[in-house]
Amino acid sequence: MTAQPSGHPSGAAGFLHRFEGLRARLPGARLGFVDALRGEAAEAFRQQGFPTRRVEAWKYTDLRPLAAAGFDEPLTAVDSAPDLPPAHGAARAVFVDGRFREDLSALDGLPYAARSLAETLPGLAGRLGGLARIDAQPMVALNTMLFEDGLVVTVPAGVAGGVLDLVSVATASERPEAFHPRHLIRLGAGASLTLIETATGPAKARYLHNPVYEIEVAAGAALTHAQLQQEGDAGFQLSTVYARVDEGGTYDNFTLNAGARLVRNEIHAILAGPKAACHMNGAQLLQDGQHADTTTVLDHAAPDCASRQTYKTVLAGRSRGVFQGKIHVHQIAQRTDGYQMNQALLLSPEAEIDSKPQLEIYADDVKCSHGATVGEIDAEQLFYLRSRGIPEARARALLVEAFLKEAIEGVQDETARGALDAAVTGWWQRQERAA
Amino acid sequence: MLKIEGLTAEVEGKQILKGVDLEVPAGEIHAIMGPNGSGKSTLSYVLSGREGYEITGGSVSFNGVDLLAMEPEERAAAGLFLAFQYPVELPGVGNALFLRTALNAVRKARGESELDAMQFLKLARERLKALHISEDMLKRGVNVGFSGGEKKRNEVLQMALLQPKLAILDETDSGLDIDALKIVADGVNALRAPGFSALVITHYQRLLDYIVPDRVHVLMQGRIVQSGGPELAKQLEAEGYASVQAAA
Ligand SMILES: Nc1ncnc2c1ncn2[C@@H]1O[C@H](COP(=O)(O)OP(=O)(O)OP(=O)(O)O)[C@@H](O)[C@H]1O
Ligand SMILES: [Mg+2]
Repeated sequence: MTAQPSGHPSGAAGFLHRFEGLRARLPGARLGFVDALRGEAAEAFRQQGFPTRRVEAWKYTDLRPLAAAGFDEPLTAVDSAPDLPPAHGAARAVFVDGRFREDLSALDGLPYAARSLAETLPGLAGRLGGLARIDAQPMVALNTMLFEDGLVVTVPAGVAGGVLDLVSVATASERPEAFHPRHLIRLGAGASLTLIETATGPAKARYLHNPVYEIEVAAGAALTHAQLQQEGDAGFQLSTVYARVDEGGTYDNFTLNAGARLVRNEIHAILAGPKAACHMNGAQLLQDGQHADTTTVLDHAAPDCASRQTYKTVLAGRSRGVFQGKIHVHQIAQRTDGYQMNQALLLSPEAEIDSKPQLEIYADDVKCSHGATVGEIDAEQLFYLRSRGIPEARARALLVEAFLKEAIEGVQDETARGALDAAVTGWWQRQERAA
Repeated sequence: MLKIEGLTAEVEGKQILKGVDLEVPAGEIHAIMGPNGSGKSTLSYVLSGREGYEITGGSVSFNGVDLLAMEPEERAAAGLFLAFQYPVELPGVGNALFLRTALNAVRKARGESELDAMQFLKLARERLKALHISEDMLKRGVNVGFSGGEKKRNEVLQMALLQPKLAILDETDSGLDIDALKIVADGVNALRAPGFSALVITHYQRLLDYIVPDRVHVLMQGRIVQSGGPELAKQLEAEGYASVQAAA
């Protein structure tokens, strides 16, 4: 147990303890619906505690290192100006330690509304908590209990929103900090938006970034959502996305896991209207000591919907990767077209990958396929490259990039794909510098 | 240029090369013929440094340096090139990127300046044109979905770009139509110079009508059992290996 100055407990009890102390001061404390939601979430979290590996959904990811650490919620806002990752568009919302920083953001003159959650709470009754589930989701319960801020985006029907950067920067602090931003994204009918999220943090800093997203894509709307996770090497990120896609709408998610000591990206998408589509692609690039978990739950709840998932994990050193992908095809979801592919490339004999695809199909006219492979760098291919004068390290890099390519090419949006390419290249440069 | 002395090598405990002696002077082109399974590809892999072969004896000197002590990429930088009998497919690696990376790696190792994308494209286009290869080939994954003949041409394209001092062509003529055969031969002949040598492994005398060798060697059961001038290839074509076996 990590010593806390005031002697209060760590783990789940620590978070509950702090919630009791902070409750009256948290944003929305005087709004009945917000406070009631927090109360329910606290109760759910009290009952569940941190997930343990005895729970099926957390079988491969052990949160004990997280539960053992004591965290503080950052009560005083930092006003320093940390280094920001490169921008992909003109519009951007910057959060430092989970708090919205208007001075660092650029959200004026947009054809849609993008605001701080803390400032817009009164108008969010019914929307906040509309998709996120606190039962059987302890991390979501924790977020609901303690969120202080987040981004609320509302793109009106028919509006093309362009590119919006969502930046999360953690700063170094004396004691480990936890922040639980809640982001609400809503696209009206026929609207579009490319949301590129970059999460970073300083090296060696212990912190927990525990964001929850509630995403609504109305009929015919299209959201591209790239999550470029480049947290500091001692940071924890546990993110949960809930997305609902209506008739003819599209939700494209791309997740890059290239940082953090431990990360879990959980994505729940519901194809709720006919002809809705969801693409989920991801790349996990893991170095020694890292643990990354991508867990997807895809609900085909309407007919004629399509979903494609391509996840690639590259594991170096003693790293551990997890992929769990569940596709649930409801009885009504006839003519579902579902595809899921999950591949791992082990660069070291000490690396490990666990993968668990799960199909539950209740409709009869369905095309659903899934596959998983685990491999190593092909010796023939490596020799062919080296025989052409390409040094071994570069030859390996070429083969790893080729392995990732399919997942990256699946990203339709140019800006998002460019951001991704750059992030992957950056990972390699760090690898090479370290070697 | 190349001097092989008493070279013996094993694969998975099985001896394949049983004392190969062969010398290729600078500026000469030598052919190696021999029955299936006699060790021709094994010899070319051992020379280019592929893993999985245990060298149990002998030596190989390449322009005075110990070839067997070098990494595969160092051998390439020193000027060795192997055109593979079975070129390897690299899905997801674009051919243009592959060729440029290889060329620049070799140039860098030789102390020459690296080419940027534009300079490379210009050079690659010239070479493609000379070899009658469509530019499409640059855009595709390395050897992915290439026909047998296209793969062989891609090998020759790599050779033309990397400008080796010693090229080993392992059955580069197999599976080629007559026109492609001439193109491959032209590719080799274009490199002919006092500082360029080649070791051409083939089953067919026909290739040697286009690339006229200075010497022809017969490799059988892991040994060079006979050497002669270009006429030896014609004799083998007419009589098969039985006569050599009898003589050896
Ligand atoms: N990895 C291996 N394991 C076991 N035996 C091998 C291996 N590689 C080669 N050999 C054996 O070594 C012998 C020589 O093979 P090699 O490929 O060098 O013949 P080659 O002369 O090139 O034949 P070809 O004319 O058919 O191309 C063969 O008997 C082959 O089966
Ligand atoms: Mg052979």
